Amino acid sequence: MSFILRRLSFYIVAAWVALTINFFIPRAMPGNAVQAVMAKFPNLQPSAYKAIEAMLGVGHPGSLWHQYVSYLDDVAHLNFGTSVSQYPATVSSLLGQTIPWTLTLVGTATVIAFLVGTGLGIVAAWRRGGWVDRALPGLMFFQAIPYFFLALILLEVLAVSLHLFPIGQGFSQTVTPGWNLPFIGSAVDHSILPAFTIVITSVAGWMLQMRNVMVTTIGEDYVLAGQAKGLPNHRVVLSYAARNAFLPQLQGFGLALGFVVSGALIMEIVFSYPGIGLLLLSAVSSNDYPLMQAIFLVITFAVLLANLIVDLIIVAVDPRARSREGAR
Amino acid sequence: MTVVLPVSAETSALSTRPQQLGRWRRLPTNAKVGAILLAFFVLAAIIGPLVTPYDPSFQNPSPSLSLQPPSAAHLLGTTQSGQDVLSQLLVGIRLTLELAVIVGVVATVLAVIVGVTAAFLGGFWDELLSLLTNVVLVIPALPLLIVLLGYLPQRGQTPTILVLSLLGWPWGARLIRAQTMAIRGRDFIAASRETGEKTWRILAFEIIPNQTGLIAASFVNTVLYAIGASVALSFIGVTDLSSWSLGTMLYWSESQQALQLGAWWWFAPPGIAIALMGTALVLLNTGIDELGNPRLRDAANASTIAGRRLRPTDPTPVLLAEPARRGRVGSFLHSFSRSSILDRGGEQR
Repeated sequence: MSFILRRLSFYIVAAWVALTINFFIPRAMPGNAVQAVMAKFPNLQPSAYKAIEAMLGVGHPGSLWHQYVSYLDDVAHLNFGTSVSQYPATVSSLLGQTIPWTLTLVGTATVIAFLVGTGLGIVAAWRRGGWVDRALPGLMFFQAIPYFFLALILLEVLAVSLHLFPIGQGFSQTVTPGWNLPFIGSAVDHSILPAFTIVITSVAGWMLQMRNVMVTTIGEDYVLAGQAKGLPNHRVVLSYAARNAFLPQLQGFGLALGFVVSGALIMEIVFSYPGIGLLLLSAVSSNDYPLMQAIFLVITFAVLLANLIVDLIIVAVDPRARSREGAR
Repeated sequence: MTVVLPVSAETSALSTRPQQLGRWRRLPTNAKVGAILLAFFVLAAIIGPLVTPYDPSFQNPSPSLSLQPPSAAHLLGTTQSGQDVLSQLLVGIRLTLELAVIVGVVATVLAVIVGVTAAFLGGFWDELLSLLTNVVLVIPALPLLIVLLGYLPQRGQTPTILVLSLLGWPWGARLIRAQTMAIRGRDFIAASRETGEKTWRILAFEIIPNQTGLIAASFVNTVLYAIGASVALSFIGVTDLSSWSLGTMLYWSESQQALQLGAWWWFAPPGIAIALMGTALVLLNTGIDELGNPRLRDAANASTIAGRRLRPTDPTPVLLAEPARRGRVGSFLHSFSRSSILDRGGEQR
């Protein structure tokens, strides 16, 4: 249990660092949310400055420490202020609308990509020089393409030209959002192409990593011993070689998660998928600083939480993490 | 490891290739392809802007030159406002590669400094620097980059380079720290310390030269990260949109509906250029990996016996001397004989 506690305290430190960075960015940077609003409405009197500050909750009264404490208090109550671009909506209500979409799409697609990539990596390492192994450079090309570029092309070819998939959006205009069957069906239908794009662009990374670790474990003596005992091939591959190669793979998964999720967010923009990525774009293009900052925090916390889940899985899979103190 | 004990009549199948080939020839194929591809782009970045046929920003007012497919005058066609795509591409490769290489150098230097310092000082400082590394690593970079750059009043090459470098070092630092820890305990370090070498000399002449491969790999990785991140940032519009990089090309082609207008010559070249650069770097990196880890070497020169490739976990093959070829009738008759069991034994694994 000590392993999990240590990891948990690490995530708390990481979360605190992210919160603090987020606190200091607007105070250290020259840009300003209030000025952005003032620029948007040129007929506002300069005297309105204070009023807008109060409205957005970005005014900085009191000492720095006092501001910091009230900022932490706001975050704890999910009070991120008011959106500049979609006034008078609060930032948290906007986040509440978009998070489920992103969580479902990006979460599912990332897990699928990880599992498929790991599986292919096992095959590639086992059958060195086989067709899966030789397909790896080709898959790397897909990985090197920017997510959104491949998304653009797939959208154009498969959705616009061939009409195989709906064009962008999260669901079709004809259904009413809610827990009804037509809506869920439409949402699933709209998510297939974006999910496919995420999978195809990120699968090669997991595959390469798994293959490389697996190639090393296959050479270990215990694998040879397993074969010498006359175990069937699939047992040697899965329970002897792959199981041990899977642990570094899981750790890598946790570390790379932030990067993969970021890429997937950009991809949402191409598909006009109503998730956090699209919200981030609109926040950036309209200088909606409160929204931008809240999105940064939400994504960071999501990644930290996902990392914690990965750690729990590591504890379940790796006996060393359970028994030894501070296995990492 | 599987021990291969051939009983095969063919000894030539196992003989290793003579090692007289040059260094370049001994590089893994991956690395060779990657290096050649990358050299091509570096060349394009160096001489490209000098030989651009047109000014990339020049908007040709003549409507007949708007959205033209590739022709002799415009090898990659024109954009909606009559700009020459080839010129934009050549300038764009220069700008993107320049940014990525600078970020790569700065972030790798930071990574070496942090990694080596952490491993060498040990104790409290190691804990602190490792914590810092892991925290920066776990915080998703792209949203933070967007927030940081979003607040800056003027966006452009220099702030992007600064922010990307500031967030790009932890991956390398982690690897370099681990490697330094491994080297630190070796005898030759103890020896040079006994002879009274100063710490900085040990670091500069013993430790760092011994992890050139790792540093090279982390440089390549950082360049890859910088290309991806800078292109993504430009695509969102968090950059100086009046300069020409591969990312801004994509931004303009997307925002002016190049895809919907069917102008493939407009949006495809920058995307393909990014993808090829990325592939080159990934290939180079796997090549570097293979150099350091013989087990990862190309399966093409793995051992084959009697024309059959061996899987790493195959049981030791015991091949009989190749039986004489029989015709269809002959083998049918032979299958009744007792010795046919032995043939099977050689084939089945």
